[in-house]
Amino acid sequence: MKEPKQLVVSAIQNGTVIDHVPAKHLFKVIQILGLDHIDNQITFGTNLESKKLGRKAIIKIADMFFKDDDINRIALVAPDAKLNIIRDYEVVEKKVVVVPDTIIGIARCMNPKCITNFEQVTTRFRVVSKKNVALKCHYCEKITNQENLEII
Amino acid sequence: MKNRSLVSIDDFSTSEMIGILDMAEKFEKQPVRKLLEGRVIATLFFEPSTRTRLSFESAINRLGGKIVGFSDAASSSVTKGETLHDTIKMVSSYSDLIVMRHPIEGSARYASEIATVPVINAGDGANQHPTQTILDLYSIRKTQGTLENLNVFMVGDLKYGRTVHSLAMAMSRWKATFNFISPEELKMPDEFKLYLDNMGLKYYEHSDFSEIISKADIIYMTRVQKERFSDPMDYEKVKNVYVLKNAMLKDTKPNMKILHPLPRVNEIHIDVDTNPKAYYFEQALNGVFTRQAILCTLLGIKL
Repeated sequence: MKEPKQLVVSAIQNGTVIDHVPAKHLFKVIQILGLDHIDNQITFGTNLESKKLGRKAIIKIADMFFKDDDINRIALVAPDAKLNIIRDYEVVEKKVVVVPDTIIGIARCMNPKCITNFEQVTTRFRVVSKKNVALKCHYCEKITNQENLEII
Repeated sequence: MKNRSLVSIDDFSTSEMIGILDMAEKFEKQPVRKLLEGRVIATLFFEPSTRTRLSFESAINRLGGKIVGFSDAASSSVTKGETLHDTIKMVSSYSDLIVMRHPIEGSARYASEIATVPVINAGDGANQHPTQTILDLYSIRKTQGTLENLNVFMVGDLKYGRTVHSLAMAMSRWKATFNFISPEELKMPDEFKLYLDNMGLKYYEHSDFSEIISKADIIYMTRVQKERFSDPMDYEKVKNVYVLKNAMLKDTKPNMKILHPLPRVNEIHIDVDTNPKAYYFEQALNGVFTRQAILCTLLGIKL
């Protein structure tokens, strides 16, 4: 018997669906977008099967629409994320995230001797590699790579 | 325009760098010029560095400027818990330019963003020490007559030595060939080799240099420090391999010069000091002229 196709995370009427989030980074995405501080209805599923990612997560946020600059902030942890903009249960627009050229105030510099880990300095990085994300600290000039990436 | 600072060697374009070297040449001919009369320069040394501080203070004095500052964090408000942010804000209003040495990496860039006056980085931890690099470039150009196409030998601790990292990156602008001579544990880090690869420059790595020394235009010596080795036996094995002795210099090129950022411990035998190819003490003197030129350039003073 054929399995009925059904949604694991229920549909929303209006809002944004963020799909193809690596399962292990779901909570980082929530943190970066500040979803833990808003009153909108949010549903998410995690450890869902994905051919591309192995295990993915999906987040559906009702009545919320993001500006590109805001959503691109998640590119550090979810570079393959895809956005569906939903209006009246229909996908009206699809977007992909783009790793920005500079990262301000999201990541921590992995160099324990960096000034940003001593004083209240907003971190700033130049993205030197977008594929395997590598960030060069504007201050100490050391590289923080994907494996050592820590979101503030 | 926001005031100009010197934090990293990349802050100056090649033509600006040449401009500084040319100006330093004029200071070498006539070091005493009262161009900073009435100006106050702050020298903030959050960690002691006698040589760098005296070199800067000598440069400022020869320009007729006045100095305020401290030579050690213990004698500053840091001991009271003041942040770097607040110290720099305050000193900005007392001075026309800040020279800063600080053990924390990135502190100089941060200070340059807070300060309302130019900041010169006199060393921020293991990160940058651009005035050292500029005086090295000056010494190389002066002794070789050019910066182009030279064969530069770097010897000793190439892993932790920030002076060799900055110099390698700076010399890459003039198509240098590099020979890196170091023990296995202290090899040039990959990121700098990658940088040279991307610039299309040749470099060779060796663990001993007695065979190839005749090719060198510049031998840049650095200190191999015992504390860099996890196994003291490894240090004992290599400690005498990276010592330059006068007898090794007999087949070297006539134009070859030996540089060292100093302080030296035993990596250059004292019998080298009287060889005309030894240049490290003149190199230190060049630091005064280049710092005079850097101070004037950042304050917009022309000769």
